[in-house]
Amino acid sequence: MLKLEQLEKTYRTGDKALTGIDLTVPDGQVLALIGPSGAGKSTLIRCINRLVEPTAGRVWLDDLELTRLSATGLRNARRQMGMIFQEYALVERLTVMENVLSGRLGYVGFWRSYLRRYPQADVDEAFRLLDRVGLLAMADKRADELSGGQRQRVGICRALIQNPKLLLVDEPTASLDPKTSRQIMRLICELCAERGLAAIINIHDVALAQRFVQRVVGLRAGSIAFDGAPDRLSPEVLTSIYGEEDWEATSQQAEDESEGAE
Amino acid sequence: MPVNNTPDGPVWRQRTQAQSLLHWAGWLLGTAVFVVCWQQISDATTWFFVWDAPRIAGDIWTRATPPRWEYIAQLGRPIWDTINIATLGTLLALFLAVPVAFLAARNTTPSALFVRPVALLVIVSTRSINSLIWALLLIAIIGPGVFAGIMAIAIRSIGFCAKLLYEAIEEIDQRQVEAITATGASRWQVMAYGIVPQIMPAFAGIAVFRWDINIRESTVLGLVGAGGIGLQLSSSLNTLAWPQVSLILLVILVAVVISEWVSAKIRGAII
Repeated sequence: MLKLEQLEKTYRTGDKALTGIDLTVPDGQVLALIGPSGAGKSTLIRCINRLVEPTAGRVWLDDLELTRLSATGLRNARRQMGMIFQEYALVERLTVMENVLSGRLGYVGFWRSYLRRYPQADVDEAFRLLDRVGLLAMADKRADELSGGQRQRVGICRALIQNPKLLLVDEPTASLDPKTSRQIMRLICELCAERGLAAIINIHDVALAQRFVQRVVGLRAGSIAFDGAPDRLSPEVLTSIYGEEDWEATSQQAEDESEGAE
Repeated sequence: MPVNNTPDGPVWRQRTQAQSLLHWAGWLLGTAVFVVCWQQISDATTWFFVWDAPRIAGDIWTRATPPRWEYIAQLGRPIWDTINIATLGTLLALFLAVPVAFLAARNTTPSALFVRPVALLVIVSTRSINSLIWALLLIAIIGPGVFAGIMAIAIRSIGFCAKLLYEAIEEIDQRQVEAITATGASRWQVMAYGIVPQIMPAFAGIAVFRWDINIRESTVLGLVGAGGIGLQLSSSLNTLAWPQVSLILLVILVAVVISEWVSAKIRGAII
């Protein structure tokens, strides 16, 4: 179970990205995080595995308080949290197999990983995962030879081979076409169900989120504006997440333009 | 970008009136300085020698042709030395430049406040002194010969290679590094998986490019006694043995052309 308590992040520029987030994600729950650009979605999931250091507040993964860990403790904790990225973030010049196996870096010593001598069990698991996502034939290809959807599948394998308790997913479909987006979302949700994984999925596409997840959290200006089942996302709720501010900003801009023309 | 509202509608010019005046004055000043300098140089030139130049050049050309072909037997060893100086010097430089580059790059340096300035100082100081001058210094310290040449080439190249490499490190895609960090990888693993694959093409390109430059630089090192074909060139020049000089220049030309060809091939194969 993941628990966030009064999580805050203020960037050095003074921008408040998160203001007192309280959130609990039970085991096995897939949660979609929606909200306008700049609402703090990416910051939120990066504060969980501390790719971004939170300014205040606490994060618990089961009994482990992530926000208090030392560098070594944090490295060990990160193994339990798989991460999937918007632009896939594969190491482009390495092969698919190397990219998948890089998910095991937290478990393998430096020289073994440097010489690519991973334990056979890890290699077996990598093959199994590649087979599961339908990329077994691509194992020896370089990552930059793959299409977007294929790359994201490799990204998913890299996250899953960590054998995580939790998946942190940052805009998995933002650079994919609609069909591939659905396939990738379905794959992520299926894999979470198979393994009983909890997941936080940042996503722009509300319809896609509604289709696949059990719970939706709406973020606006760094705080939670909505938390509930996907079928409760009425137009009013969506306006409260994305709406009013944007509307005002747009009408303000339109007024400025008409003034300038006079 | 000035826009003037005239009765006929807005008019746009690239510069305001004051800006164009300043611009014009700048050109005037530049032309004046050029003319004055020309005058100075002209006064300080013995024009007799300049008018004489084509005749002298023709004279040297007749003396230098045909090259003394049988002299080539004595050039094999020096040109081999020259290539070795360039190659070993480049390898040594790369070996030293890699850590310097990682210490100098903003995103990998352990301390931007203390370590980075030192690394940048190493880069600037080794780059700012020509390899010929390094060779003169090193000959005084370790004596004449090929070794001094290798060291001169190596020291001169550290800054060059490290500068280009640290710029490549700073330009990497940070998301790949982030992704590797998120797996729980250690600092060294992040470097080996997240950074090194991204800078490999740049590294190979820099290595071959510098080797190519060093072949040319090492041909003159012999002039000051640091080994290689420059030694023969300087002694031939001193004894006015023009047919030998022309042969040496030909040999250098061939070596440089071959090195250009090899480096182009290698670069094409890697990138």
